Amino acid sequence: MSVPLYVPPEQLMKDRAEFARKGIARGRSVVVIGASEGILLMAENPSHSLHKIAEIYDRIGFAAVGKYNEFETLRQAGVRYADLRGYSYDRADVTARGLTNAYAQTLAGVFTTEAKPYEVEIVIAELGTSQEGDQLYRLSYDGSVTDESDHVAVGGRSEQISAVLEGAWSVGMSLAAVVQLGRRALGEGEHPLEAENLEAAVLDRAPGRRRTFRRLGTDDIRGLLGAPEDGPQGDAGS
Amino acid sequence: MNETHTGFGPAYLSATTSSFTEFLGRARPDLVPQLTASVPGAELLAPHGTTIVALRDAEGVVMAGDRRATIGNLIASRTMQKVFQADSDSVMGIAGTAGLAIELVRLFQLELEHYEKIEGTTLSLEGKANRLSGMLRANLSLAMQGLTVVPLFAGVDSAVPGEPPQGRIFSFDVIGGKYEELEYHAVGSGSGFARGAIKKLWRPGLGRDAAIRVAIEALYDAADDDSATGGPDLPRRIFPVVYTVGAAGAARVDQGEVGRVSARVVTERTEEEQ
Repeated sequence: MSVPLYVPPEQLMKDRAEFARKGIARGRSVVVIGASEGILLMAENPSHSLHKIAEIYDRIGFAAVGKYNEFETLRQAGVRYADLRGYSYDRADVTARGLTNAYAQTLAGVFTTEAKPYEVEIVIAELGTSQEGDQLYRLSYDGSVTDESDHVAVGGRSEQISAVLEGAWSVGMSLAAVVQLGRRALGEGEHPLEAENLEAAVLDRAPGRRRTFRRLGTDDIRGLLGAPEDGPQGDAGS
Repeated sequence: MNETHTGFGPAYLSATTSSFTEFLGRARPDLVPQLTASVPGAELLAPHGTTIVALRDAEGVVMAGDRRATIGNLIASRTMQKVFQADSDSVMGIAGTAGLAIELVRLFQLELEHYEKIEGTTLSLEGKANRLSGMLRANLSLAMQGLTVVPLFAGVDSAVPGEPPQGRIFSFDVIGGKYEELEYHAVGSGSGFARGAIKKLWRPGLGRDAAIRVAIEALYDAADDDSATGGPDLPRRIFPVVYTVGAAGAARVDQGEVGRVSARVVTERTEEEQ
């Protein structure tokens, strides 16, 4: 009979983190950027049916990278959590902070006790009544949470993308300007991205609507990008 | 799924259902609306909502309801809303025990929104009507105690793929039976009178404004003969709640417009009687 090999806990955690990071790095990135008209969620995604961006509740959006089946499970759990909370209390009592905590506990639980960690990174965005009130939470595979205020990128090349956003973003940018910035950031160091390969949605600050999440179709994105037929010059107006 | 985690429980992570009520039954059965004990005479103590009418027009459907709720011979409310938007392109009206009816509306609206978010697509109109029928059947034990809820559901749908969308109306009985109505329908205590009025005024292909007028006249006639149905209340400016559904989706008709049409109906009836 062989004695099970002793693995120090530090090593075990390091191996798990390494495993999750590798899985996430393989996927394409997602950006979430604040604008005066609302919050833009944008991903490089050639599929028009397998979404990386989704609606959770009236003012809460979800964006994820990594393994589709894992973040889809988490997305559905989030919708269930939000709808149940809104049903048992009131729609106004569903907050991104509560949802983020539930996600963080779930991810941390899976990271330490399950056979393998979730290979996902998630952004939860909550639309405020003004741009200062917007909240962005970034959740990692191990359940760690960071609170971002203006913009966030997750996925394989998130550091380069964040650097682009950091350099060009400013308060009060229009939706068209952040769509152009998002495309430039996602395509950084690679080919320029076409509208067909982008998935985008906006949490729309326009008053009078209860559900603020609005998906942008390819035509909407093309319109916001300006003149995409001319290629990468399309964002010259930003 | 391992039970030792905090965070989302197994009902959240492993459920494959797109139905909110089904999920609620699993995750929080205590929140599912139900009466655990039978309350003698409950049907006499709880407020009742009354007449709802719906009719097809050239663009889709119009649904309207009066504002009165009663407890026996007393008026419990003059301003109750009994017609609601179910989702972006369907509406529902409810007659019967008010508390249960409002809860059914809330749950049904959430059911449709939940499905839409989980599946990323909306249910077909027929699918929505079947779901409502299932939710009524789940309330059978309440119906047996006399606490009945009778909804009316309507929306636009293309019955044949490729055809232009048209208005469709579904009525239900207390045990969840679903029936499609081809022209118009009314539910609630004043429904007999309302249906009689619509029968004389309705014709195929009515315009939107004409259809709104027919709905308001029908409610006026119901209020004329049924004490549980409220007529247009001109001094307090309380008028029926009217929704239209067309190709552009469901929308509530502005109270100012309903007020003007109601006032015209009242004026014309007054002249007729003189």
